[in-house]
Amino acid sequence: MYFLASCLVRILGRSFPLKKEKKLMIGYDAVTDAAILAGCRFFAGYPITPATEIAERMAEKLPKSGGIFLQMEDELASINSLIGASWAGFKAMTATSGPGLSLMMEGLGYAVLSETPMVIVDVQRVGPSTGMVTYPSQGDVCQVRWGSHGDYSIIAIAPASVQDSFDYTIMAFNYAELYRTPVILLMDEVIAHLREPLIVREDVEIVKRKRPSMPPEEFMPFMPKPGEYVQREMPALGEGYKVIVESTMHDELGYRESESHEVGSRTIARLWNKIEKNVEKIAKEEFYFMEDAEIAVVSYGCPFRSAINAAKTARKEGINVGVVKMITIWPFHDSMIEKLAEKVKAIVVPEMNMSKIVREVARAAKGKAKVLGVPKLAGQMHTPEDILVAIRSVAR
Amino acid sequence: MVRRSPPDFAHYLAKKYMRTEMLPTAFCPGCGLGIIERAIIMAIDELGKDLWERTVFVSGIGCSGWIPVYFKCDVLHTLHGRALPIATAIKVCRPELNVVVTMGDGDSMAIGGNHLIHAARRNIDLTVVVANNMLYSLTGGQVAPTTPQNVYTNTTPYGNFEPNFNLMELMKAAGATYFARWTTWHFVQLKNSIKKAMEHRGFAVVEVVSQCPTYAGRYILGKPDPRDFMEWFKENSVPVEKSKEMSEEELQGKIVVGEFFKRSDRREFAEKVHTLIRAARGDSG
Repeated sequence: MYFLASCLVRILGRSFPLKKEKKLMIGYDAVTDAAILAGCRFFAGYPITPATEIAERMAEKLPKSGGIFLQMEDELASINSLIGASWAGFKAMTATSGPGLSLMMEGLGYAVLSETPMVIVDVQRVGPSTGMVTYPSQGDVCQVRWGSHGDYSIIAIAPASVQDSFDYTIMAFNYAELYRTPVILLMDEVIAHLREPLIVREDVEIVKRKRPSMPPEEFMPFMPKPGEYVQREMPALGEGYKVIVESTMHDELGYRESESHEVGSRTIARLWNKIEKNVEKIAKEEFYFMEDAEIAVVSYGCPFRSAINAAKTARKEGINVGVVKMITIWPFHDSMIEKLAEKVKAIVVPEMNMSKIVREVARAAKGKAKVLGVPKLAGQMHTPEDILVAIRSVAR
Repeated sequence: MVRRSPPDFAHYLAKKYMRTEMLPTAFCPGCGLGIIERAIIMAIDELGKDLWERTVFVSGIGCSGWIPVYFKCDVLHTLHGRALPIATAIKVCRPELNVVVTMGDGDSMAIGGNHLIHAARRNIDLTVVVANNMLYSLTGGQVAPTTPQNVYTNTTPYGNFEPNFNLMELMKAAGATYFARWTTWHFVQLKNSIKKAMEHRGFAVVEVVSQCPTYAGRYILGKPDPRDFMEWFKENSVPVEKSKEMSEEELQGKIVVGEFFKRSDRREFAEKVHTLIRAARGDSG
């Protein structure tokens, strides 16, 4: 039976926990354990509330796994050292919060242009500026997508529980390697400090760094295979590949081409397309009670937890409500939202900000359903009642 | 993508160590950065070929950032001021590599000043070549933390009133363990100091006062001829031993050159990190 079940689940495309261990764990411990399991062997960070514990845990755990922990002089140094470590052949991660993330934006752009895999954990707190240091928020969801200058696209993933924090950290490392890009894990203060049961899977799929399959004289570090947008193979420094990791616009060999419209257009379009054209492969979401739903609550992170409760209550009141949990926020899954808008009459989007992702939802819904944002500010989580009020208002 | 083809002309060292297909360089005629490129190449050539295979160059932004992009080597042409954190990570991850950083005066002392003092504090085994042309030249001639007093630049139209940094004093206080300063006039001494800096285990800084005929030549010296600049370097530089006998007034406007200090009492950073990792894993060897 067990064998059959395991085969069935594998066929359905989900890894089955053959070997599992259940324990009570706090969010940041889940992230750090998962990072090390995913192969992270370099962490650089700068203390910042509420992300500091991730650095503290990495400082303790990494050396035991043969990994390197550095506390850098600021966040500018942290993100740039990740670029150095990643090209030295190490899977690398940093963790920060709003003010640190703002400082990292320039380095993020360099990581995007140089196609350097890395994971940035953003434990969101209330902004702008120093803001409300110890309170949760979802205020950075648009900054991670649009914050660095120029045209690019990026992957951002939002956990809503401790289990998610573990699973999605591994997903973030895998995406970073698969698409050779920085990936942002959008946590918030609540998820990072939440203590919940966690099933630690050990047979998870880990994507390894792909080494060049060609000798140095034939290898092009930024040239994808025909029909693809990303060159997965990445040499490490000192291996004889003599790479140029350019922050200037460059061709597929890495050579500076800061005055060629043709090469520039090609490179920018490819960086955009390698994420946006792969959106169907990258985007992940979960659907709850959606079979007969007339109203959908599209949520991510903390508000998802209240949304589930609100949907159950609404159903008792006779309103058929379903919940969509967006796992990936970016690239934005337009086609999923459009299909959803064709099915339901209204979409409610609770967010712990002034209403940001709701604009993307409204754009993707193309007017096929009513879209209503439910903002919650200054470190407050939505109560199920907050979401219920919105549900009732659109159900009328 | 079509690969570029190398030109038929090239110096034998260029053929051996440079991406000749990228030549000519972007530098203005008479620029000092070509001299620095050659000093770095000759230093590594004299230290043995296997060193070149183990060398990684990291540079920032500014004309100085272009020094290593022509080298047939692993090169990271990074962001303005951020070369040192990247180089630090590379050295810690791969201690067997010879990591060489080239920066300009604005790159190292202004926008990247914090990284410079912290890299020196750590005493990480890097060779840092600071090309000091006393000006922001790539952006067209603005005042730098190294521009002489009263000089007119595009952002000091009434004369420079900004005090200068003395990189040697700064590095000494921050904990660097090797420091030398030369001008591009002192080619042989410069090359020898770069060799020593590469052989030194610790944070080694070689400052090179370098001519920018295009902007510094006109704004600081009043004439755009690189030969005048070199003459000026020759006449105004004072060896460090001689400078000790001179008064502060006599040293005004002079460039003190030579090897200033070499310490061996501070442990190297990457070695400390790896000792810690071995201890954490319970492996004393």
